[in-house]
Amino acid sequence: MAVFGTLEWATAFMNAINASKPYEDAAKTWEGDFYFIIEPGGAIKEPGYQYVDLWHGKCRKVDVIPAAEKDKYKPEFVLSASIATWRKVAEKKVDPIQAIVTRQLKLTGNMGKVMRAVKAAQELVNCVTQVQTEYPE
Amino acid sequence: MFFGVPFIVFGDDSLQYLNTIKGTRAFIVTDANIVKLGLHELVKAELKAANIECKVFDGVEPDPSIQTVEKATAIAKDFKPDWFIGLGGGSSMDACKSTMVCSCAGIGPLDMSPSDFFDLRSKARLLCIPTTSGTGSEATWAIVLTDIEGQRKVALGSYETLPDVAILDPRMVISMPPHVTGSTGMDALTHAIEGYTTIWRTPFTDGPGLAAIRLIFENLKKAVDNGKDEEARKNMMYAACQAGTCFGNGMAGLAHSCGHALGGIFHTPHGVAMGLYLPYTMEYVANGSEETLQRYAEIARFCGIKQGNDKECCNALIAAVRKLVKDVGQSSSVKDLKIDRDKYMKAMPDLVDRAVNEAMSIAVTRVPESEDLEKMFICAYDGKEVDF
Repeated sequence: MAVFGTLEWATAFMNAINASKPYEDAAKTWEGDFYFIIEPGGAIKEPGYQYVDLWHGKCRKVDVIPAAEKDKYKPEFVLSASIATWRKVAEKKVDPIQAIVTRQLKLTGNMGKVMRAVKAAQELVNCVTQVQTEYPE
Repeated sequence: MFFGVPFIVFGDDSLQYLNTIKGTRAFIVTDANIVKLGLHELVKAELKAANIECKVFDGVEPDPSIQTVEKATAIAKDFKPDWFIGLGGGSSMDACKSTMVCSCAGIGPLDMSPSDFFDLRSKARLLCIPTTSGTGSEATWAIVLTDIEGQRKVALGSYETLPDVAILDPRMVISMPPHVTGSTGMDALTHAIEGYTTIWRTPFTDGPGLAAIRLIFENLKKAVDNGKDEEARKNMMYAACQAGTCFGNGMAGLAHSCGHALGGIFHTPHGVAMGLYLPYTMEYVANGSEETLQRYAEIARFCGIKQGNDKECCNALIAAVRKLVKDVGQSSSVKDLKIDRDKYMKAMPDLVDRAVNEAMSIAVTRVPESEDLEKMFICAYDGKEVDF
């Protein structure tokens, strides 16, 4: 069991992505890296930054960095939400596109590019479900 | 969660509402056909009475491109309107929404996200006047543009692109020819049925969805058969707007995914593609989702199509949709559209890839894998029932 937002969790997530044939197929043309930000609230005292580099159906790199070092990467996309929202997405209580459209999940980056990769986004969520996760709420 | 609708002005001479609005400059985004019909003059006359200066951009094409929005934006930036008015079908209204965002926020058409707050209302307001009864764009925040380079439709939007005002004046639709009445009406029916059955639906989308479906079953054929039937025209106009509030807040489904894919490659008009794919995609979802089968049955009962068990009512609804497609002169198979089978099959990987990557494909209660989508596309080509 890995705690969401830790390097241990991010590494498990990367392994799940790289083991997923459906994700590889759906994201074979995807080029783009992300910050997944956990917003402060509840047990989260300061924003948590998870860096995920996705390239042609594989995850090339993950990293977890403190807010003070957020300029370390300049990802193409930033997705930001409370831990409760991340959990809802991860547990498929809301689909990721619905979460973005209803502003539960805040997206910075080219929305058009994301909207052309819906299947990949869905498979990415399926990868999250493969990781035994504990949420710091 | 939230539920957004514009202020809706409807009924005879409702265009007169325009002479009550406050402002100085209105930028009207429309197409050449609307100008040819002179419908923009009705709008300009009311705005003149309100002392509002107008500029008309009539360069919107069917399935508006990013480049068209960029052209309109360049003009709007100079004109600095405090009202943006989308006049026309979905293409003009969508192009208008995008032009407003680009000119007020200073961004490109693809650079918007629902997460952004552009504070558009500090610069201008948005008003839409539909001239077809189908798109529902006057009641939604959604924008569909075409990426010419990638030959792909791109769905965008922000809650700031929900119009402030929608004006439903029957004068604007009375001259619509029968085939356009039929195809746009099927688009509205698709919005309502899909919006009523997606996983995004809420108690707020149910009412307008059901009401729209019943109005469409009661009025679409009448409006196609006799375009001068004012009652049918009005009801279709209202139904399309209600359907817009339903799917605009509740999302659309698989007919939209398949239709966008077909339209992107074969340039089939949106409404034609909707009516065509709707019964096939309904069969597919109902075959694997008890929840949606029950929802279809509810629709059939509400519309007086059939009383009985869920399965019987669901089947009766799908049969009623198929009958309506034929009754209003629309194509019921891709073959009927005269699309060459070899070309269609050659395009299949692209059709499937596009459909599977539409947001609507994951908003349904039975999400298809690529293999099922391909089988469904083939059924729709041949006009065969989807039995899997």
